[in-house]
Amino acid sequence: MSPGRPAEPQDRPVRVRVTSSRRDAATRRDFRPLTREIDEQTDLGEVYMAGLMSAQLRLALRVLVFGAVGLGGLPLLFLLVPDTRTLGIGSLPFPWLVLGVLVYPVALLVARYYVRQSERIEREFSQVVARL
Amino acid sequence: MNAVYGLTAIVLVCLATLGVGAFGLRLSRTTSDFYVAGRTVTPYRNASAIGGEYLSAASFLGISGLVYASGFDMLWFPVGYTVGYVVLLVLVAAPLRRSGAYTLPDFAEARLESTRIRLLSSLLVVGIGWLYLLPQLQGAGLALRVVTGAPTWVGSLLVVLVVIANVAAGGMRSITRVQALHDWLKLTAIAVPAFVLLGVWLGQGTPAPGVSSGVDLHWAQPLSGFGGRDHPVYATYSTILALVLGTMGLPHVLVRFYTNPDGRAARRTTLTVVALLGLFYLFPPVYGVLGRVYLPNLPEGLRSDSIVLALPAAVVPGTVGELLSAILAGGAFAAFLSTASGLTMSVAGVLDQDLLRGRLSRLTGEDSTVVQGFRIATVLAMLVPYAAARFVEPIGLATTVGLAFAVAGSTFCPLLVLGSWWRGLSTVGAAAGLVSGGFLAAGAVVITMLGRPIDGWLGALLAQPAAWTIPIAFAVTVIVSLATPGRIPRHTSRTMVRLHTPEDLQLERAPGHR
Repeated sequence: MSPGRPAEPQDRPVRVRVTSSRRDAATRRDFRPLTREIDEQTDLGEVYMAGLMSAQLRLALRVLVFGAVGLGGLPLLFLLVPDTRTLGIGSLPFPWLVLGVLVYPVALLVARYYVRQSERIEREFSQVVARL
Repeated sequence: MNAVYGLTAIVLVCLATLGVGAFGLRLSRTTSDFYVAGRTVTPYRNASAIGGEYLSAASFLGISGLVYASGFDMLWFPVGYTVGYVVLLVLVAAPLRRSGAYTLPDFAEARLESTRIRLLSSLLVVGIGWLYLLPQLQGAGLALRVVTGAPTWVGSLLVVLVVIANVAAGGMRSITRVQALHDWLKLTAIAVPAFVLLGVWLGQGTPAPGVSSGVDLHWAQPLSGFGGRDHPVYATYSTILALVLGTMGLPHVLVRFYTNPDGRAARRTTLTVVALLGLFYLFPPVYGVLGRVYLPNLPEGLRSDSIVLALPAAVVPGTVGELLSAILAGGAFAAFLSTASGLTMSVAGVLDQDLLRGRLSRLTGEDSTVVQGFRIATVLAMLVPYAAARFVEPIGLATTVGLAFAVAGSTFCPLLVLGSWWRGLSTVGAAAGLVSGGFLAAGAVVITMLGRPIDGWLGALLAQPAAWTIPIAFAVTVIVSLATPGRIPRHTSRTMVRLHTPEDLQLERAPGHR
């Protein structure tokens, strides 16, 4: 098709008759993205920010409480149940096994759990805030 | 110990450090290169660099010495060093990176919108940095004396010179490379001899310490107070608290987070750090335990901090033992150099930016360039702890480092945690927390380091101050903030958006930008 020539009749869109019974419906709402609510620090924006922060903080506190009970409980265990100080598992002493070796893989697993969960929280926040 | 092998290893480590550093020199051109490596460092290399920087004299020599001298309860030191990174990860890793600040004083100023808080933080960074540099230099003196018999000031001076050459010449970029190298050097140097020594021990079938009767039975048990420590339960909890909360407040650790590209990378870097540290800390206690087996009485003229270097010759006399000792001496020097480099980098950065720059340009009539100022600050950052290392009697490497953690935990921990999560933090509250926590913790440190040993509860409270100074610092910060709601920084909401929203969202993040 060379430029300048009028379009062939079959290229033209088919004519459609538009009808609607809802003639009073609003044509298009004034859309405000959530990023703007946050930027302008409206109440709605603050609610979303508070939601993100409290979700992250709850996750962090969950991990910290787990650590405080798990690690902080050990000296208490040794104090209150003196038999655990000399307990042996196989030929290895239980306190040395826990504090010399087992702590490290557990710490790594906990850290990995946290990283995955916090990235999930952020992903969901981004999806909600950036929709449309 | 064979001086030739040991000295060769130490010289090789120093030369490798200078060589890799010089390679970075050719790439280091701008101020941004100097401070944060142009923000182009990958998470994995960054994690190696953090590990390399963090594994200090206290980790390499100190933990083994403590376990050897004081028994089971000292295992909390390596555990605390590692778990401190988990706490840092869950509370502040991403917000700190997203704050976009280079240093702790930068963060304090950005969050609290006050230059006075900035100055206060700068003074604390310099104080904590010097306190932490002290055991690095003492450790270097100790190690070189064990290897060659040289007086302790020689080893300290060697570290001072190499670090100044490296930091002043290349800044952060060369340091990142150097420290990634050091991380692997240290891991190899502590793991390989440990495996050899363990193999020899198992082959000989000598019983483990603490299974038969005698003093070692006490040594191997938790909370026994072995080695004359009073109030072991309090000391244990206070140590855990100091290490776990102090990590985030160490000046040289945080600077590394700014070299991550975003908050997500900062978290992933921290995760890798936890893995690397966990791997490393499996080994130092091995030396402490084998020390009880092969050197039940500490040889004349040796400190327990040098047990790592003395052990191989006791287990396998002859060339093999001497070679293993040389490897360990090289690894120990890598530890002194890398930690000292990172600390010097941070202290010099703060000295340069906040305390010297204005005065220097007035003195020279605006003639000095930015990089010149940084170099002067570097020399100053090293000279003060070097002088202190000559005059202060060493009280144990890991103990001194523990005190630095206690001060960091009593000052920057409340600032960072409350600053990241609490909108009610006021400028006055933050300042009150920094001053009270810093004053109490530093006071306890000075009394412990310079005074004579104190018995009973008072001695325990002063030697392990974290259990009371950290809660007091938090309480003061919160109470004063609640009492001064008018002094909450104006742009707190906007700052919170910056600290917590993922970077893929297009949001206004700078205060006063609209």
